[in-house]
Amino acid sequence: MTEPIIRVKGLRKAYGEREVVGGIDLEVRAGEIFAFLGPNGAGKTTSVEILEGYRSRNAGDVSVLGEDPASSGREWRSRIGVVLQSCTMPGELTVGELFELYASYYPHANSVDETLEAVGLQEQRSVRAQRLSGGQQRRLDVGLALIGDPELVFLDEPTTGFDPSARHHAWEVISNLRELGKTVFLTTHYMEEAQFLADRVAVIVAGQIVSEGTTQTLGGRDRAPSDISFTPPAGVAPSQLPPELALAAELRDGRIHLQSQHPARTLHALASWAVDRDLDLEDLTVGRPSLEDVYLQLTEGGELRP
Amino acid sequence: MIDHRLLASQFRCDLRIFWRSPQSRYFTVLLPIVFLVIFAAIFKGRTRVDGQVVDITTYYVPGIMTLGIISASFVNLTQAIVAQRESGVLKRARATPVPASVVIASRAAVGVIVALIMSALLLVIGRVAYGVRVPGSTMPGLIIAVVVGAAAFCCIGFAVSTRIGTAEAAAPVTNLIVLPLYFISGVFVPEDQIPSFLRGIAAVFPIRHLAQALRIPFIHPHGAGIAAGDLLIVAAWGTVALVLAARTFQWSPRTA
Repeated sequence: MTEPIIRVKGLRKAYGEREVVGGIDLEVRAGEIFAFLGPNGAGKTTSVEILEGYRSRNAGDVSVLGEDPASSGREWRSRIGVVLQSCTMPGELTVGELFELYASYYPHANSVDETLEAVGLQEQRSVRAQRLSGGQQRRLDVGLALIGDPELVFLDEPTTGFDPSARHHAWEVISNLRELGKTVFLTTHYMEEAQFLADRVAVIVAGQIVSEGTTQTLGGRDRAPSDISFTPPAGVAPSQLPPELALAAELRDGRIHLQSQHPARTLHALASWAVDRDLDLEDLTVGRPSLEDVYLQLTEGGELRP
Repeated sequence: MIDHRLLASQFRCDLRIFWRSPQSRYFTVLLPIVFLVIFAAIFKGRTRVDGQVVDITTYYVPGIMTLGIISASFVNLTQAIVAQRESGVLKRARATPVPASVVIASRAAVGVIVALIMSALLLVIGRVAYGVRVPGSTMPGLIIAVVVGAAAFCCIGFAVSTRIGTAEAAAPVTNLIVLPLYFISGVFVPEDQIPSFLRGIAAVFPIRHLAQALRIPFIHPHGAGIAAGDLLIVAAWGTVALVLAARTFQWSPRTA
């Protein structure tokens, strides 16, 4: 097992009396896209800025690319790429000039042409940064983070404020980093973004990690009961269901919901009951909690229904 | 030691940012030239300064040079540094291998180079339009005064930038600092028309001393043209500012 790219143990950070990161543990392995998901003010940016070397910490062990970011030097900085949450490059310089400037900072920079192509800005090479659209400016930021051929890329809320089409475009650029063999540490408050991009997700709420896993297993999603629901035909109440179903039935928003760990068995019982009474249950649906349901429950402090 | 290749590429970009910004072109480059032409048109005759009677244009060329140097170094640099800090550009650079010294030295170099260019431009206009000359013997003294003044005012700019919280506040704050001092330091109004108590106040600050150091090469053609006392006061201000700036300089935006 190789050493993880990022290893965090018991990280704490307080501003005065207010603790914003309350003892978190993290591990990010080489080549994965890791999403740090949480609502605004949960401690995402503070955590990522500690990993980037911008901020000090009050407690905990932090190792990024084998070094402590708080005492790292130029050599370490040449191995990371950073996209800040908000950063507007000098509008007077062209895209090409900014790429060349940033390339000059690094000992083993990638070619400017290839990097422009990787983020889809070849056409904008001689355009001044102030004339770029919001989505293009973000791709400029991503390109500048890649120009030094980093092993690890930090992206702090890379698509906040984007319209859906710009967001999808940015996602494609970020997924391409996987093919380039980069390790990516992404913070986001969009569950959809984590689902689209991430191999693994950690959810942070009020400075604590409340769940960690793949998008399939997060919050016990893979083990959560299925939800079977239908609109009851006229004159049918939940209590008229067969006893074993009536126990699990709940009337919500005009629909009967059945939570089941054994959906095939429950459906069989339900279908037999309906066919016996010549009921069609036209809008019958079987669903699993979406990642969004799981995320909302986690971030509201609720537990998944048993 | 500073990496010269890196400094050169950073300097090229910082200089481009300067020339391509309309604010720099109008306020730093054009305005001092306009002021020289206006002052020379309004005020006629002679004025008494440092025990000499000189033509008013001989007074105003080094006076407006003071304005040009301070605009290029202090005013422009402070505004650029605050803007780049608040837009996240300085913070972003800190996550790259570029050393802080390169970012700082490059921006200061832009201030000094633009100050030299502005001084040369005003000197040429003064000579062609008003026949104001600097003898060859005192020219080195004039160049020294320009460089010392520009470097000191860059340092003051770095220090003042740490006291300004938003990009919007940078222009009003820097102008509020320099405009009253220009009036009492003999930049806009000839020294012999300024009450002595105001001259006394001005003597505490570096602008009057820079103006004097720039005037000496014009009005004392037989010396070396170096006003050592005045330049030392200007340099002392710069040194103290540099120490303050090194302690309090901020790379991350204040307003997030």
